[in-house]
Amino acid sequence: MVAPPPTAAGRGWLTTKVGEMDKPAALLRIENVSKQFGPLTAVDSLSLEIGHGEFFALLGPSGCGKTTLLRMLAGFETPSSGRILLDGEDIVAVPPHRRPINMMFQNYALFPHLTVEGNVAFGLRQERLSRAEIATRVEEMLALVRLKGFNRRRIDHLSGGQRQRVALARSLVKRPRVLLLDEPLAALDKKLRAETQFELMELQRKLGTTFVIVTHDQEEAMIVADRIAVMDRGRLRQVAPPNDIYERPNSRWVAEFIGEVSLIEGALRAGGILDSVFGPLRVPPNQTARGKVWLALRPEKLRLSTTRPEGDLNALSGTVSEIGYRGGVSIYKVRLADQSLIKVALSNSGPSSRLEVSIGATIWVSWPKENGVVLTQ
Amino acid sequence: MRLWQRRAILLFPYAWLLLFFLAPFVIVVKISLSQTAIAQPPYVPVLDVSAGWAGLEGFFSALSLDAYRLLVSDPIYLLSYLKSLTVAAVSTVILLVVGYPIAYGVARSPRHWQPLLVMAVVLPFWTSFLIRVYAWINILQRDGLLNDILMRLHIIAAPQAWLASDTAIYIGMVYSYLPFMVLPLYATLEKIDMTLLEAASDLGCTPLRAFWRVTFPLSVPGITAGVLLCFIPIVGEFVIPDLLGSSESLMIGQTLWTEFFANRDWPVASAIAVTLLGILVAPIMLYERLQRRQLEMFE
Amino acid sequence: MKRNISIFNVTSVVFGLAFLYLPITILVVYSFNASRLVTVWSGWSLAWYRELFSDEAMIAAAWTSLRIAALSATAATVLGTLAAIALTRFGRFRGRVAFSGMIYAPLVMPEVITGLSLLLLFVALNVDRGFWTVVLAHTTLTMCFVTVIVQSRLVDFDRSVEEAAMDLGCPPFKTFVIVTLPLILPAIAAGWMLAFSLSLDDLVIASFTSGPGATTLPMRIYSEVRLGVKPEVNAVCTIMIAVVALGTVTASLMAKRGARRREPAALAAQV
Repeated sequence: MVAPPPTAAGRGWLTTKVGEMDKPAALLRIENVSKQFGPLTAVDSLSLEIGHGEFFALLGPSGCGKTTLLRMLAGFETPSSGRILLDGEDIVAVPPHRRPINMMFQNYALFPHLTVEGNVAFGLRQERLSRAEIATRVEEMLALVRLKGFNRRRIDHLSGGQRQRVALARSLVKRPRVLLLDEPLAALDKKLRAETQFELMELQRKLGTTFVIVTHDQEEAMIVADRIAVMDRGRLRQVAPPNDIYERPNSRWVAEFIGEVSLIEGALRAGGILDSVFGPLRVPPNQTARGKVWLALRPEKLRLSTTRPEGDLNALSGTVSEIGYRGGVSIYKVRLADQSLIKVALSNSGPSSRLEVSIGATIWVSWPKENGVVLTQ
Repeated sequence: MRLWQRRAILLFPYAWLLLFFLAPFVIVVKISLSQTAIAQPPYVPVLDVSAGWAGLEGFFSALSLDAYRLLVSDPIYLLSYLKSLTVAAVSTVILLVVGYPIAYGVARSPRHWQPLLVMAVVLPFWTSFLIRVYAWINILQRDGLLNDILMRLHIIAAPQAWLASDTAIYIGMVYSYLPFMVLPLYATLEKIDMTLLEAASDLGCTPLRAFWRVTFPLSVPGITAGVLLCFIPIVGEFVIPDLLGSSESLMIGQTLWTEFFANRDWPVASAIAVTLLGILVAPIMLYERLQRRQLEMFE
Repeated sequence: MKRNISIFNVTSVVFGLAFLYLPITILVVYSFNASRLVTVWSGWSLAWYRELFSDEAMIAAAWTSLRIAALSATAATVLGTLAAIALTRFGRFRGRVAFSGMIYAPLVMPEVITGLSLLLLFVALNVDRGFWTVVLAHTTLTMCFVTVIVQSRLVDFDRSVEEAAMDLGCPPFKTFVIVTLPLILPAIAAGWMLAFSLSLDDLVIASFTSGPGATTLPMRIYSEVRLGVKPEVNAVCTIMIAVVALGTVTASLMAKRGARRREPAALAAQV
């Protein structure tokens, strides 16, 4: 089950954090990169730019090629074709141990024969830094990830969350240009994961390092990332800031992958009118597309009422098919005239929470025209 | 399982081992303290339980350290022990150097090949030890294959004596014990998570450094097991030095064999065995502990 | 993780296997040599096999060895399996350290010590040495190997299968018999095979514990080999290698059906 996505209002702080308008200059440029494993194309001529200091998420279902892309950035896989530029220099031929890019592994890959300190210092020792310098940097880093005093602790005596922080410290202590995170929170339980997401963001802001995270958890990507690349079968579906991806998906696939959505098929004609099985529906103005399109409706942007609503709203009637209580919100599944189901999420604290309906009751689903999104593919 | 069922299951192997493994050692110790002069059983002293305390007293007072005195006084025995320990140490080092790359190669080969390769390494171990040693006689003897090839290649002019030398012993030891070194090494190397090597590489290690900093330390349990599995039996090895080595300096296993079968001196043979066991008790206990630890890790 | 087939790895495996197999191959080839001399190849011949099959002492020794191996391997498999169950399933019972010591020590104990001590036991007990004393001695030695093999399978074993059986109302002992035992059967079979071939292989312990009239095949081969290389011995060895190779391949195919991919680790844990 996918938890209800955060509402647009609730994530206002994120928009201020990102500063969507001033897109940072590219640090990493991925140009037409493909990767073949035998007959299988894991990454299919993909191009992407990631900016200085960005927190960038690669999001997609398992097997979409996001991990392969990450491993090509780290140097563990060589692209079959294409270039990867770091600060304008092609790094495809550079072996992993010479790349100023570090990776935090999904299973953390902590060295079981070394202590916490030994793990964190491992990368610095390869740089042949002085003992004193290594010691100070390890101390700094352990303090940063709140593991002060754990220096001599053995890896197998740490909790899952502590291991995660050791892995983070180990990859950050080398001050990489880019930090790659492969499903960094997948092994943590839900509550710890939520806390750690905010810690990661804080850390990234503090250090200003470019983070590239791979995740299959859309909620996680939306919370932590400045920009998200949605991947499917080796290709990019959409690259945009989280709220754009959620509010303005570019395809049915993205709309359905990110959060919950109901789709109404129809033909678009002039004047912002969509001809659907339910009759004409009004869509947001300034549509350029014509012909067959889909109207995407997010559950929390719909309203319910027992009588036909007044005013300039699209309204469809149906019967309540299911009611699911989810704490903060309740999900209503409404069966429409064509037997399709439409999902509506109502806040349990808002004015509509007093809606007294039971299963089987006739009900009206309505929305202002600007709450719908027209999708052409 | 119910208690009586558990007890029944445990009883048979336990009793068997007490009777056929532990009790014999007590007898060996007792015989080693018997009089050298009498070469036929029953050995003096005999513990006469019916005589009570007097019998016990008589028993202990008649025990003799003659056999041990002989071991200390005649340098043949000391040299024999030293030779055994040297051969075992050198062979074990060679085995480790030869076996590690093989185990590593197998562990890093494609997954679907590994069972086949492991079986290829194990297969000779299932064929007779004697056959494997004997196979080398074919090669190493004076009119054997090695001399033939070397002479054809004009590397040597006249046939060399390869047999009856320490070189032949080392070849035989390495050949016979190689699977015992490779398998435990493979077992630990195979378990090493490959992402650890990626992590090392990511953190700036060249492949060679990653090997020394990560793979090697993590394979230490396998090295210990392999070393013990080879070193302990090699110290007491009989067949290999007997068939391939010279008769000038004997390993302790051969000395024991000679004392027993040729000289029929059972007390001295027993004393040799007791002393050998004394030397090996520490590595054997270490090996046992290692095995038990490994087992307890799963509990 | 992809595995690079590096030149170093391939070279070391190829050289290692060549080192292991070349001497045996040479031995097998020369058992078909018409000439008595190793260096002279004078064409293929089965002469040495004919000579071998007319050597009655050798045939008798082989028959003795096979009987000893079959009997001791069977006894060792029963005892070894019981010991493996005790070690893996009974937790920390009293006397466990001593027990595991007696299981693991024989694996590395020099054979001369084991052989001598068993002989002295049989003398002390006034048992006539011969066929049965070798069987007893080999049972003692090989049961520990069986224990190690069966135990490594039991350790791998997914206990939830047993728990499921008990949850469905099967009492513990019955669970063991109808669920656990069939699942560890490949390991038990492998243990029997190993015990059989170890017994067939042993020279030192048999020499100590055997008596007149019970000469085993290795003892016979050994006395021949001491006198130098004989092509007949090559022939005997070739037959033994063929039997073992056939047996091992069958056993591993059997084990493969039972254990699938765990096989390399399980095999490795055998020694």
